[in-house]
Amino acid sequence: MTAIDDATLKLDPEEARRARQERLERIGKWVLPLAIMVLAIVLWDRICVWNEIPQYILPRPGVVLQTLHNDAGLLFSSLLVTLRITFLSLALAVIGGVGLAVLFAQSKWVEMSFFPFAIVLQVTPIVAIFPLINIYVNNQTVKLLLCAWIVAFFPILSNTTLGLNSVDRNLRDLFKLNGATRWQQLRYLRLPAAMPYFLGGLKIAGGLSLIGAVVAEFVAGAQGQSSGLASRIIEAGYRLNAPRLFAALILISLTGILIFLVLSLVSHLILRRWHESALKQER
Amino acid sequence: MIQEKVPETRAASGEAAMLLALRNVGKVFSNGVTALSKVDLAIREGDFLSLLGPSGCGKSTALRLIAGLSTPTSGQLDWRGSIDRSNTGFVFQEPTLLPWASVFDNVWLPLRLKGVSRAKAEPAVLEMLSRVHLTGFENAVPRELSGGMKMRVSIARAMVTKPRILLMDEPFAALDEITRFKLNNDLLELWQDERFTVVFVTHSVFESVFLSSRVVVMAARPGRVHGELAIDAPYPRDEAFRTSPDYAALCRQASDALVDAINSTAGSHHDGH
Repeated sequence: MTAIDDATLKLDPEEARRARQERLERIGKWVLPLAIMVLAIVLWDRICVWNEIPQYILPRPGVVLQTLHNDAGLLFSSLLVTLRITFLSLALAVIGGVGLAVLFAQSKWVEMSFFPFAIVLQVTPIVAIFPLINIYVNNQTVKLLLCAWIVAFFPILSNTTLGLNSVDRNLRDLFKLNGATRWQQLRYLRLPAAMPYFLGGLKIAGGLSLIGAVVAEFVAGAQGQSSGLASRIIEAGYRLNAPRLFAALILISLTGILIFLVLSLVSHLILRRWHESALKQER
Repeated sequence: MIQEKVPETRAASGEAAMLLALRNVGKVFSNGVTALSKVDLAIREGDFLSLLGPSGCGKSTALRLIAGLSTPTSGQLDWRGSIDRSNTGFVFQEPTLLPWASVFDNVWLPLRLKGVSRAKAEPAVLEMLSRVHLTGFENAVPRELSGGMKMRVSIARAMVTKPRILLMDEPFAALDEITRFKLNNDLLELWQDERFTVVFVTHSVFESVFLSSRVVVMAARPGRVHGELAIDAPYPRDEAFRTSPDYAALCRQASDALVDAINSTAGSHHDGH
């Protein structure tokens, strides 16, 4: 049985084609998006030059980069403000979402009674609720947190609820047979089973909490020392300072991407040993 | 309470002590389906009893009643003396393992739920893993195991509490034949060493005859006991028995009884429609 040795040297045409395809896909996965990105930036630059677009309407990419460097102090201190709201609201969304999901999981009746409220909170645009929050809440940080939380907690709640209810029926019977208490069933069965669903929700909520934080800043119109990136954008808009506007925008996007990547990594590390989603596909 | 205790003294008479008796047991589901009707069945200490029948004959329902996962609509289950359903172990049709937990943690689970610490449980868990030939796989997670190995973990988990009765619901139905034969042999070996009692649900004539000391044939609509066959071939049974004329003759008998049971369901076809 030396077939394996031979096969590495003399692949039949079909297998050779498949191997080549896989190699190309591995490289293309990274190279293609990067190339398109670079191409888009070059095109952006050329459009500015060819059409002689003034800087206060569409700045050239180089100018934006320059502004990012020159205004670094201002922009990054604002970024920190936005990040603080983002992560605090994400943490509250996790606590609130998982807490409510566990509560819902205790009884079908509780879930049936209260889930509609969560949906109402989710489907009502935050911008429309904000004037009310503005009346009821005095503290600026609490206002922003509340906004970002309302936007971010729902995916965690709905995913975790789904996960807690998606336990294999036989596993439930097994726990029942062994006289497991409610707490044991939650601790050893339902929470671990809900983990992949929760992490899926967390990935969505991470992005949403950033969006929530930025939108909340916009509608709150925060000024002064507590102003985040959204306020910088509004300010730059008023002053027709397009390069700084773009720089702030790019920072927000990069932050969003970074949050997503970090949460994806966390999810992968937790699930890699057992969950289908984290496994390499085998042929 | 439907379950009643039978004094130890009564059970002592007879050749083997009665462990559990189903008396006139019936089960009607809320949708009106009669899953079981007037089932009388005595399970004796050390029995390897198979419930053999077509789908819909209530054999799984009977097993769930014994396990206490379901309660009978009529009739009663009489357990002997201090024994009750907490002395049962259950093996499902699927391995039904916790996918995120290691093999060790999966086998530990029943003890863990009873408050036994990891350190205290370790000897029993490792002993059970060696009995099912899985020594060295303690830290593997289920997805790293083959179907047969997962089923071994499932058996080890059911046996780790040293139950008096092991309830098995078509445990090997999804395995390939070679793996199934191997697990049949290993299960018999375990049973002979430990002398527990087995109630084994299957729809395979050959499997039931190879394993059992008693085959109870069931019929469908309503689910009921059709007849019983004593398989008095001696243990240990090995691969030689699997190809012996005695085995073939017993399979013939069991098969005839099963066909008879299927035909006894008036105006039905045995394709399940």
